[in-house]
Amino acid sequence: MEAYVGYFLYLLSLLTVGGIYAIFALGLNVQWGFAGLFNVGIVGFAAVGAYTYALLTTAESTFHLGGFGLPLPIGMFVGMVMSAIVAAFIGLICIRLRADYLAIATIGIAEIIKLILKNETDITNGPRGVNKIPRMWEHFSEERFYSSWPMSWFGTPENWEAFFDKLPNWYWQPLFAATILLIMYVIYRMLERARTAPWGRMMTAIRENEPAARASGKDVTRRRIEAFVIGAAIMGLAGALFAQHLRLIEPTNTFDPAKVTFLTWVMLILGGSGNNRGAILGAFLIWTIWSASELVITGSIGLISNIFSTLDPSILQTRAGFLRMMLIGILMQVILQRYPSGILPEVRPASPKADNNDAGSTGETK
Amino acid sequence: MWEFVNYYFIPGLVLGCIYALGAIGITLTFGILRFANFAHGEIMMSGAYLTWTVMAIAAGAGLTLHPLVAMVPAAFLVILLFLGTDKFFYKPFRKEDTIKVVMASFGMMLIIRSAVQMIWGPNQITFVRGIAKPNATLSEITSNMGLQILMPNKHLFIFAGTIILVMALGYLLNRTRIGKAMRAVSDSPDLAHVTGINVDKVINATWIVGGICATAAGVFLVMDTQMLETTMGFRMLLPMFAAAILGGIGKPYGAVAGGLIIGLAEELSAYPWIGDTPLLSPGYKTGVAFAIMVVMLIVRPQGLFKGRSF
Amino acid sequence: MTEPVLSLNNLKAGYGQTEILHDLSMFVNPNEIVAIIGPNGAGKSTAMKSVLGLLNITEGTVELNGENITDTPAQKVIEKGISYVPQTNNVFVNLSVKENLEMGAWTRPTGVEERLEEMYALFPDLAEKRNQAAGSLSGGQRQMVAMAKALMVDAKILLLDEPTAGLSPKYRGEIFGTIQKIKETGVPILIVEQNAKQALGVSDRGYVLVDGANRHTGTGAGLAADPEIARMFLGGGH
Repeated sequence: MEAYVGYFLYLLSLLTVGGIYAIFALGLNVQWGFAGLFNVGIVGFAAVGAYTYALLTTAESTFHLGGFGLPLPIGMFVGMVMSAIVAAFIGLICIRLRADYLAIATIGIAEIIKLILKNETDITNGPRGVNKIPRMWEHFSEERFYSSWPMSWFGTPENWEAFFDKLPNWYWQPLFAATILLIMYVIYRMLERARTAPWGRMMTAIRENEPAARASGKDVTRRRIEAFVIGAAIMGLAGALFAQHLRLIEPTNTFDPAKVTFLTWVMLILGGSGNNRGAILGAFLIWTIWSASELVITGSIGLISNIFSTLDPSILQTRAGFLRMMLIGILMQVILQRYPSGILPEVRPASPKADNNDAGSTGETK
Repeated sequence: MWEFVNYYFIPGLVLGCIYALGAIGITLTFGILRFANFAHGEIMMSGAYLTWTVMAIAAGAGLTLHPLVAMVPAAFLVILLFLGTDKFFYKPFRKEDTIKVVMASFGMMLIIRSAVQMIWGPNQITFVRGIAKPNATLSEITSNMGLQILMPNKHLFIFAGTIILVMALGYLLNRTRIGKAMRAVSDSPDLAHVTGINVDKVINATWIVGGICATAAGVFLVMDTQMLETTMGFRMLLPMFAAAILGGIGKPYGAVAGGLIIGLAEELSAYPWIGDTPLLSPGYKTGVAFAIMVVMLIVRPQGLFKGRSF
Repeated sequence: MTEPVLSLNNLKAGYGQTEILHDLSMFVNPNEIVAIIGPNGAGKSTAMKSVLGLLNITEGTVELNGENITDTPAQKVIEKGISYVPQTNNVFVNLSVKENLEMGAWTRPTGVEERLEEMYALFPDLAEKRNQAAGSLSGGQRQMVAMAKALMVDAKILLLDEPTAGLSPKYRGEIFGTIQKIKETGVPILIVEQNAKQALGVSDRGYVLVDGANRHTGTGAGLAADPEIARMFLGGGH
């Protein structure tokens, strides 16, 4: 029985983290899949969302600014808004320039955000990070929540304490996973609607033939900034959920570009950029591979170090982690070259077929 | 006054030389192959690791090699790495939208870094301990002239190496056929194509030049900081991009100027210009490059030297 | 009967899937200036690019001195002696005049110095500006650089895509004068032009292209005198 609970909880954590990555991938899909905007600073937007959420919702602390102890949904919402503001700043500067500049600027802003998080110790507690971040559903069993409204209306603190003592300590895990999947589904539905709405068709038209879209009087730059900001807001939300999942965030390891930005990219490309279902599928697939390979590595290292007793298992463990990252990188290259449209290729909303004005190999527009 | 020169200005120039050499490769790739190569910093870093591996092998054989000597075989390997990366990961996208190559280079960034971390381990490797003593001859000569310039040997090597490389690059670009062709392709790849210029050959030359400069930049950085780190390439990437944009994309001299300006700006930002505290907390040094880049993108995206603006 | 230097036989071609040339045939004889005229979008420049292997040829052949060069990549075509001057962006603006000409000689690395002197003689304006960046020259002078650059190889034929587009009348005359001088050096020329009247004036023969196929063919003077063509294109002269 205990073993089954263990498997069940492992599955739930796969769904939780997979769902958070799926939200990241949906945000990226708005930017890249819909609008063709190359964002390699996902980790920066995640960090803005996560830290905003953390500072607003944690209990008051002497280590960092606040915490303000605000309700969780407010923290998440403000996290989205902050991430959107950062995106608007970058977008206004770079979107009129060629895609490469946006890529450089986004990777730059991600680094700057991390610099601020590391250096402004009064606000963020610097490299030591922010701890005890409230997690949805689990937070009900914290004293500061059950002893204040609205929970205090329904029972005395003693009653609540007794109630939570009776629940298994993982009671929140299915609820948390379900909530994340629900949020993911809502975003998915909204994006599907946007994709088939005039806004989405306009994005497709701009991506396929920018000069024609400009000529027909569309405000291309504005549409692109919109897509960039919306995508970043979704990433901010995912960042806030990421903070809840981790409960402790710090600037360096939590927000490692390889594990946030890069994995999200591989997920979207594998699943199929431009396809919202593809983004979700790719996220769960890659996260499952990623997390299962950790088990395989741990298992095989035990085996190897038993056979070759001269090798230090802890060194093998770290090296194997890098091998895993390298293999994911190679996987991305293979997908890019061999299967550029991913598992679920983009389905174009019906639109009048734009003139294929491809200028051939002398094309000067490239 | 001498404190300013010795502890802020000269280190700024040293850092500027390193950025300049890295930015040369970035600006040439951007100008000739038309994409921002995100793997450039990692290739620089692997050049440094290879150099120290060559030194370690030589030391095993009882030979003490100076990094500047060990750099030569390492640069050769880095060139092979560049050419191999191009052949297998960038070339397949040559006829497609350039953003695909940017993505591929972003992937390469992680592949190369992970490979280096796997082979050499993720921890810092310190190879020279202690403080580098200022060059005695230089301080003697300058103090006779009433100056007090203190420079360790490593900085003299870095300056000399950078000057030699930049002069060699100038000769290549202005005096040789392949160098002029590199400028021509950077100017207009389409026209180069219908002029009959062998663009593939020009691209290979670009990787070779970029590889030599990147290896030198990596090795100079390690000579300066006296340690090898797997994150050093990524940390250099943003200042190098900023230098390339500041100098104007496709302009190698612009990249050199941009590199020097950014190196100086980073170091000088920590000088106590007003009062006794540093103007900008040293923790924000890296931010200076980004701030300069953002300002350039707003006011003059074509760069100081009127490079290509897209 | 002389063998044509360049001939296009029943060509169907276009960019990707879009077919622009539907049935095009033309030839250029030695020592001839041949003009292609026609309304915008008739496929004049496309006809020229099809020779260079820059687009998708679905049917028909291109022959250079009887050798089939259909679908040969641009670089090989140029090595074989077809020199091409694009309509726009036809000089390396950051290179000096001399360097531009040297790049023109890429496929023929020997005897560059001698050829440079010949070009300075043919284009005296360029001789004094040889060390200036091509980007600093006027439109007409750039056109001269572009033509000189194309002549640095032993061109078997010179293709000019709208050499006078956007130039002042004074330079137009000068360019057409130069074209005749080039012909005298023994290089046949195929020229695409909007300025139909002037182009036909210097040409031995002309083709009128409409909708990707040749509509009229004749001698330069004959076409210029044809009232139907005069009504179609020559009135405005663009």
